[in-house]
Amino acid sequence: MSLTHMFTSVASSLSFFIFVSSAVFAKEIKVCPNCEKASITQAIKTAQPGDTLLVGKGIYQEHDIRIDKPLTLIGQDLPLIDARGKGYGFKIYADSVALIGFKFVNVGVSYTSDFAAIYTSRIHHFRFENNRFENVFFGFLIEKSHNGIIKNNTIMGNAVKEYSSGNGIHLWHSSKIQIQDNHIEKMRDGIYFEFVKHSIIQRNKSRNNLRYGLHFMFSNDDRYENNIFEKNGAGVAVMFSKNISMRKNIFRLNWGTASYGLLLKEINDAEIIDNTFEQNTIGVNVEGSNRINYENNNFINNGWAIRFLGACYGNKLLRNNFLHNALDVSYKGMMNGNLFDKNYWSSYAGYDLDKDNIGDVPYRPVKLFSYIVNRTPETIILLRSLFVDIINFSEKVSPIFTPDNLQDFHPIMTPIKYHD
Amino acid sequence: MFKILKYSFFDLMRSRWSYVYFLFYLILGFILFFLNNDVTKAVITLLNIIIVLTPLIGTIFGVMYYYSSREFTELLLAQPLKRSTIFLGQYLGLSLSLALSLIVGLGIPFILYGIFQSSAILDFATLLLIGGYLTFIFVALAFNIALSFNDKIKGFGFSILLWLFLAVIYDGIFLLSMVFFHDYPLDKFALGATMFNPIDLSRILILLKLDISALLGYTGAVFQKFFGTSMGMILSLCILSFWVILPTFFLVKKAQIKDF
Amino acid sequence: MINLTNLHKSYTKIKVLKGIDLFFDHEGIIAILGPNGSGKTTLIKSILGMVIPDRGDIQLNGDSVLHKWDYRNNISYMPQIASFPQNLKVEELIKMIKNLRRQETKEAELIQLFQLKPFLDKKLGILSGGTRQKVNIVLTFMFDSPFVILDEPTTGLDPVALISLKQILREEKKNGKTILITTHIMNLVEEIADQVVFLLDGNIYFNGTVNELKEQTQHDNLEHAIAEILKESYV
Repeated sequence: MSLTHMFTSVASSLSFFIFVSSAVFAKEIKVCPNCEKASITQAIKTAQPGDTLLVGKGIYQEHDIRIDKPLTLIGQDLPLIDARGKGYGFKIYADSVALIGFKFVNVGVSYTSDFAAIYTSRIHHFRFENNRFENVFFGFLIEKSHNGIIKNNTIMGNAVKEYSSGNGIHLWHSSKIQIQDNHIEKMRDGIYFEFVKHSIIQRNKSRNNLRYGLHFMFSNDDRYENNIFEKNGAGVAVMFSKNISMRKNIFRLNWGTASYGLLLKEINDAEIIDNTFEQNTIGVNVEGSNRINYENNNFINNGWAIRFLGACYGNKLLRNNFLHNALDVSYKGMMNGNLFDKNYWSSYAGYDLDKDNIGDVPYRPVKLFSYIVNRTPETIILLRSLFVDIINFSEKVSPIFTPDNLQDFHPIMTPIKYHD
Repeated sequence: MFKILKYSFFDLMRSRWSYVYFLFYLILGFILFFLNNDVTKAVITLLNIIIVLTPLIGTIFGVMYYYSSREFTELLLAQPLKRSTIFLGQYLGLSLSLALSLIVGLGIPFILYGIFQSSAILDFATLLLIGGYLTFIFVALAFNIALSFNDKIKGFGFSILLWLFLAVIYDGIFLLSMVFFHDYPLDKFALGATMFNPIDLSRILILLKLDISALLGYTGAVFQKFFGTSMGMILSLCILSFWVILPTFFLVKKAQIKDF
Repeated sequence: MINLTNLHKSYTKIKVLKGIDLFFDHEGIIAILGPNGSGKTTLIKSILGMVIPDRGDIQLNGDSVLHKWDYRNNISYMPQIASFPQNLKVEELIKMIKNLRRQETKEAELIQLFQLKPFLDKKLGILSGGTRQKVNIVLTFMFDSPFVILDEPTTGLDPVALISLKQILREEKKNGKTILITTHIMNLVEEIADQVVFLLDGNIYFNGTVNELKEQTQHDNLEHAIAEILKESYV
């Protein structure tokens, strides 16, 4: 049974399969606590490039296991790699390595080196699948590596302090990586990208991480979609990057004093489409970001749905739902070519006499109170008081403080339905 | 005291106004829960209504009840009863009947809607508790005012003014002073100013229960420390209790020396 | 025994009682007379503890009553305007007052006397003024208190009820009670009062029997006698 399982899982990656099949004389080596070969490190030393190591059930107290030739390592019944706090799990320096079905524990915390359960450097065509991580400093540390797949892994940390915890999946100077169906909890950052290009992050679940569920820095032309980011210390941060596509993700329950569903800083030419931002202190916090299209997103029950902090040009918010946010939009400065159009606003009180489902009076998403809170944050203590309702109303009738042309001229009368 | 309480309570429960007040909440509850299926939104709408309306109703009913039962009060004063017994009994009777109208009026639609299966049950309970507190506070304040003025019109005027002040004007001054002094550290001032107004305090208490508390913490460490812990909740409840106890104490004092 | 010594009371600027000394130690009916604003009601309410005097003392059977409440077990009071909770029924009101005082009562015969039976299950709010006044009488006389204080008891009463009231008053006097009445109906005073106290501008102008009052003013008619006093005082 395990053979067929192995076969299907290997076969599912076509590129990798082609590569493996080129090593025509590849053989299988069994490793288990009672086998002839009881140590993974030893087995790797004697293996030939292209061989497959079948690692049986058991506890392997090994660390810094070095892989310097193309190998496939398959764990049977989740063999346990216990690094006993002494260093890395695997250190991989060869192309075409696959690691499937291992469990890693006790990868040591270090303040000088970034110990990781799986570490790679300058490799191509790797595949890490169905692994489990518990009590590890870093889960994956991928450096200058390309064309890899990280799939179906579960990383359960117990991070308490930022300085003594590592990231779940950490990529640096890499490209063309696919990160799919992983589940990451309680690390420092769930997934961390720095100088990563042309990569895809799909269907992952990143929750309860100390800092960010997903953290992008200086990474261009990437895509992330269908992920769930939940209850992270500060939500998701995307900074100093270009051409990022963010679709169908869910950002929720990031409550905290400095928590965001999504933090955008110095982002250009991105698209944010079909996402849901629910119950975050701030749904989307935007600073210095230009030409971003926000379409068909749901902003539900956030403190602020979206907050523009200045130096933002040419952003478009089209056909989004703004449902029951304490404050819909916070905005600083001039219009700068930013556009709100055809959104649904649950607090819109206008009418639609010609029944075309577009409100006949424009909606002003920036309330006077939102403007005041921006200037004097402590005034938030008056949220939902009668006086605030009164001044909001008077500002709506005759705007003095908020930009006059900051309006949605075509507010939709019923929430926009999509996703199906 | 219980006898007077009982009589005032049952007298009021049979009055037209109690029915109107009860029906108002009943209808409001049904509209909120059955016309929009979002409990969170319903709770927030209720928050807005309760922090404005229960003080207003408490004030008006308090003054009205005091003046309209003046002769009856005189009848009681001639009986072998302590003055504190009479006035505390009437005060508690009125407050309880108003609070009951609120709780039952909103409770019925909530129970029918199936609130007990909902996670909003705690928010809702807090809301009703605060509504009850506000009723007791403002009836006590109204009694104080009514005891101070023999002239009905003056009594009404002052109590409406008091409501207007605490519900709107206070917040206006509060907001303006914060905007004006926004270069100074304001968080302690803001917290203090909130404590001195039972309506603000109630609003904050309910917001604390809703997830918005994180939003309040957003502005600074003092807020976060206060709102992020159960300390804030307990302290707020204590101060709210003071807001009931102090006017009640003054009410008894005033009644003791008044001529009828 | 009721003993008032040097009783003073003023409301804001107006002095209402200016040192009243009064002493009643016998059973009988005492009429307290005086023009409007002379301090009659204030005097009565002081005795009842509803008005708190600025100076002076009030003693009932030798004990000061100021700031006390349980002495009122010995007093029945009938207020001037009978205004009761609108939503209470007559029998509920009677039951309630009984419940508050927990004393022996005789309301049944009084209800019989004033023919109030048909009204017992009616709400007080819908009763006529006269009927309410009858209820008021029942509430006052159903207790067996040694002191009875009546403030304008005849208001709104029909002649039959008035006769019944007088009858009750005579009986209660016979039973050894001290009864204080304020009224403007001089016939009533002439008919039943043993003693007349005439208040004028917060002072006692006259204290004695009806006949003594007539002698002093040299008028046979009490109404004229009173008018005479008033004329003199305003000259």
